[in-house]
Amino acid sequence: MQPDYAITAKDLTKRFGDFTAVDKISFEVSRGEIFGFLGANGAGKTTAMRMLCGLSLPSAGTATVAGFDVYRDNERIKKRIGYMSQKFSLYEDLTVKENIRFYGGIYGRSDLFIKEQTGYLLQHLRLEKEGNTLVRALPLGWKQKLAFSVAIFHEPDIVFLDEPTGGVDPVTRREFWNMIYEASAKGITVFVTTHYLDEAEYCNRVSIMVDGKIEALDSPSALKQQFSAASMDGVFLQLARKAKRTEG
Amino acid sequence: MKQFRSFIRKEFYHILRDRRTLFILLGMPVIQIIIFGFALTNEVTNSKYAVLDNAKDIVSQKLIQRIEASQYFEGATRLYSYDDIAKAFRKGAIKIAIVIPPHFAEDLGQLHTAQVQLVADASDPNVANTLVNYASAIINDFQQNEFNKDQQLPYRILAEQRMLYNPQLKGAYNFVPGVMAMVLLLVCTMMTAITIVKEKETGTMEIMLVSPLQPLLIVVAKAVPYLLLSIINIISILLLSVYVLEVPVQGNLFLLIGESILFTLVSLSLGLLISAGSNSQQTAMFISLIGMFLPTVMFSGFMFPVENMPKPMQVISNIVPAKWYYTVVKSVMIKGVGFKAIWKETLVLTAMLFFFLGMAIRNFKIRLA
Repeated sequence: MQPDYAITAKDLTKRFGDFTAVDKISFEVSRGEIFGFLGANGAGKTTAMRMLCGLSLPSAGTATVAGFDVYRDNERIKKRIGYMSQKFSLYEDLTVKENIRFYGGIYGRSDLFIKEQTGYLLQHLRLEKEGNTLVRALPLGWKQKLAFSVAIFHEPDIVFLDEPTGGVDPVTRREFWNMIYEASAKGITVFVTTHYLDEAEYCNRVSIMVDGKIEALDSPSALKQQFSAASMDGVFLQLARKAKRTEG
Repeated sequence: MKQFRSFIRKEFYHILRDRRTLFILLGMPVIQIIIFGFALTNEVTNSKYAVLDNAKDIVSQKLIQRIEASQYFEGATRLYSYDDIAKAFRKGAIKIAIVIPPHFAEDLGQLHTAQVQLVADASDPNVANTLVNYASAIINDFQQNEFNKDQQLPYRILAEQRMLYNPQLKGAYNFVPGVMAMVLLLVCTMMTAITIVKEKETGTMEIMLVSPLQPLLIVVAKAVPYLLLSIINIISILLLSVYVLEVPVQGNLFLLIGESILFTLVSLSLGLLISAGSNSQQTAMFISLIGMFLPTVMFSGFMFPVENMPKPMQVISNIVPAKWYYTVVKSVMIKGVGFKAIWKETLVLTAMLFFFLGMAIRNFKIRLA
């Protein structure tokens, strides 16, 4: 394993009984890279991501996250990663500040750090006035941006985003991706799953999963050339048509 | 420690923001005590009765006045024949009829014996039984005062009853321990189960499992606020029972509170165990209500005496934690006994605590599937 890889996976496999959700996938993600993880519903991308986050134990294969082994150094990995799930993951009955304080607290950040960073973060999101508003009252787009900011609040090495822009309007999506670029510029590795193929174009490299296997992995421009498609849509459709399973 | 504090602070926000639930949690014991104390009592008072006085002499008049004066009977209907008795019962106007024979005073004076007939509506056997007992007691008392003061009868057998620990036979002595068990179980088991499952439902549990939080810490932090709420409830129930229902705490107050906290911990760990096995708030609620609340009401001995149940039921009742706690509260609060008398129950509850807590922690999934 080379130290400049944020994530490595070698023949990573997850089986649920007879069903192989993730079938021997191998890839490396470099530090600071924005790595897009594409696939149709049921292709196994969420399962793969959950193994890397320590939410699920692999059935076979090896993987390292932030240089630590997913089997043995789970607790150390947890301190180095941030995670934003498909489901909205802030507490609706807590205010914006209380949510930030809670997540800062469970990552063991000091009160001073939390206080300073909260001020900076609210200013950055232009949410200064909403600091004491219940999260429930915020529009969805703001909630998502806030959830992302909270996921990287403790300054992780790697952030995992599971379909972060679901149900968000195009303008907010654009803003959301600006935030991803800012995080990446700070050296945070971004591992993102998405359904939106225009978003795939924003990634440094993209992998496309079909039926639990990685069928293609390269930069968006190289993939378009390889599949002689005009856009990522074309690449994706060519691969996704090969899929045999529909739900998983 | 920092993590733990942040977590508990968050739990308190959840509880305090949800005013309605908080009100129910703190108001429920108060309302239950008041309902059980004043509405749902098995004491029978102010029952309508009828008198068929065939004697109409001074002694019979005195006896009737005496019955009327008691708190158990009121609104005498005067009857004039035996047929009237049946009519009055059929109308539902009375619960008991007292028939005084002719020559009542003479018989008592000369033969030293007279029979008073008590006819009760036994369609409700419990009420009938109670009323007949009350009436007999009043009649006994009456003859004692009227005749035995100055005359010593050579052969007289008086059956004397004494009700231990609860001489007034107050229902409150029975239900205060029952309500304590019920409330603690409901608050701790159901609320803890729901609060954890809610995090699973909303997806915040995943975030917590990805974070460096220890699962044990999550479990404990979830339980702490409800432990505090329960202590408030224990105190409010005790205050109400002592000052409103006049059920005194005979034994050691600290022993009572200590045992209550032990039971609270058992309930909390049951809640954690339920949450580990359910994925929706509804499931958690149903398991808590049907799996915990019903057995508590049925098998703790608070509504139905366990001694009267068939053997298999009695065996089952032993796995209901509330049964042991109910015995403890009754022993300490009503009988005033010390720890020596309840060490066995305490031991059982402690064993249950370790068993349920161990199971809950083992089943609490660090990795989701």
